[in-house]
Amino acid sequence: MNIINIEHIAKIYQVGSEEVHALRDVSLDIHKGEYVAIMGPSGSGKSTLMNILGCLDTPTHGIYNFKSVNVSQMNDNELANIRNKEIGFVFQTFNLLPRSDALHNVELPLIYAGIPSHERKDKAREALEHVGLSDRIHHRPNELSGGQRQRVAIARALVTSPAIILADEPTGNLDTKTGEDIMALFNEIYGLGNTIILVTHEEYIAEHAERIIRIRDGMIENDENVSNRYIPQKNGSSKL
Amino acid sequence: MNTFLFELKEGLLISLRAIRANKVRSALTIFGIVIGITAVVLMSTAIKGIDNAFQKGVSSLGSDNLYIDKWEWFNNDTPWWELRNRKNLNLEDFEKYKELAQLPLAAAPTVWSNQTVKHKDHNVESIIIQGTNEEYINTTNLSFDEGRFFNELESSGGRQVAVLGFEVAKNLFPNGNAINQDVKIKGHKFKVVGVLSEQGSWVMGNFNPDKQVFTPIQNVFKYFHSEWFRSVTINIRARNSQMVEATKEEAIGIMRRVRGLKYNEANDFSINQQEGLLNTINETVGVIQIAGLFITGLSLFVGAVGIMNIMFVSVKERTKEIGIRKAIGAKRRTILGQFITESAIICLFGGIVGLIMAVILSMVVNQFLPTSVQVDSVVLAIVISIATGVISGFAPAYTAAKLDPVEALRYE
Repeated sequence: MNIINIEHIAKIYQVGSEEVHALRDVSLDIHKGEYVAIMGPSGSGKSTLMNILGCLDTPTHGIYNFKSVNVSQMNDNELANIRNKEIGFVFQTFNLLPRSDALHNVELPLIYAGIPSHERKDKAREALEHVGLSDRIHHRPNELSGGQRQRVAIARALVTSPAIILADEPTGNLDTKTGEDIMALFNEIYGLGNTIILVTHEEYIAEHAERIIRIRDGMIENDENVSNRYIPQKNGSSKL
Repeated sequence: MNTFLFELKEGLLISLRAIRANKVRSALTIFGIVIGITAVVLMSTAIKGIDNAFQKGVSSLGSDNLYIDKWEWFNNDTPWWELRNRKNLNLEDFEKYKELAQLPLAAAPTVWSNQTVKHKDHNVESIIIQGTNEEYINTTNLSFDEGRFFNELESSGGRQVAVLGFEVAKNLFPNGNAINQDVKIKGHKFKVVGVLSEQGSWVMGNFNPDKQVFTPIQNVFKYFHSEWFRSVTINIRARNSQMVEATKEEAIGIMRRVRGLKYNEANDFSINQQEGLLNTINETVGVIQIAGLFITGLSLFVGAVGIMNIMFVSVKERTKEIGIRKAIGAKRRTILGQFITESAIICLFGGIVGLIMAVILSMVVNQFLPTSVQVDSVVLAIVISIATGVISGFAPAYTAAKLDPVEALRYE
């Protein structure tokens, strides 16, 4: 089943009197349960593509169907709703609320989804347990290591059971060892049947994915399935 | 409705978190509002205090009283020289009036003189000496701390007796026991027969009975100034408030006869009433209110601009936070609500602190002006502070709500 279907999208920014074509003509499908890496050098348009895929931005031209719903013309509030319910973001800089503890950070998307307090606290605790932070739920981001912060961010992305998890350079601010730990966590999450889109410019990070899409100059340069070093069992036998 | 309550509750919690997270700035922010609300509460309390004092002063005159005088007290229309050219009222006019009048409960002539009153080493200056007769006490609500008012015999005989106002007695006889002591006015001895209890109507200035001395009217003419020097005022008390108009009409009729006026001549006297004073006072209080409102409004406005400024800074500073919130699903409305709630809560805190300060300050002010913070000014302060927060928080909150999530997330 297609979760994402984009057809001939383009994104044009007006910078002064000049038009910048961040994306020229991109078409692509992503199915449920796929683990996709989007690669490309800086300026290739991969961030723009990620913003559009994440419903943070809308394309100038083309059609974006998310779960068979055209989201390319949606307004702010409708997009916010999709982001809230269907997309889990993991950012390079973690993007946690600095003055709130881990629990509140994870709870936040559920607040915006209108889930009652006790229910969302339970869910948030469960998600933090899932990423191995059950003993850190009342720590603030500045009391956590980089890897722990990213785990909180992943818990926040998972807590709403979104249709896709969108990770933008999730290991970019981490050392190699911690980065590998985080990638292992993504593998586990993938193993549970989640759909993951990973944006990176590091080959060895992208190698965790099943499929690598390379972007250059606002176009798809290459889209191929690759064999993994670690192949999780998708049929439910590997439970976390 | 449920979603609204849910969002309100969550908005409150998020705002409280944000305020707690920025304690110092929140505290500085409320400072402007604290001052504004303190000013509003103090001002409204003070105005009420002034109004009460005026009303009390007026009511000490008695609402059923009429004053026949050469002068129109609260005159707006008649040119003053016309009033001045009127013939003085004298004791004879009073006697004639008294003979003919059927309706009044009591009527007494008064004439005043400004003198220094002495007793041994003590003296009080600029005291109104009211010359009157024994009936005067029945035209007022005055009561006595000691002694009595002078009687008919003392009055008609022009005996050198005096009744002291509360403050005069306190200054001349700090240890009490004024009765049967002598006071000297312009070198003449007067025996004290009574001391009035405190009236406390400070607005009346020197016409406050606390600062007056009463003596038979002949004494004033004999010792202080001659009869033609100053016009006599006839104080009249009606039997009850329903009788005031009738008593007034009767007085006009009698006085026209007494003064020998032809049918086509205008009255050469005026019948004054507390009502006229009330109107003047209400006008004065109204002016004070407008001025007070303007000044406090200004200080609140400054406070509100301060809040708006800080909220704009706060929005700018928390751009990233707003970006994060939007990325994970906060709608425009939610962000708008969050910042408005935050601003309203900050202002509410400011309002409460301001209220506490106003209560403390009003206790200090109370030493000079009887005031008390009323429930309605408490409600007013809280409503105003929340409203200030909502109004001054709106523009910054709107800026926050319409931030582009991509831009906001990129902000460092």
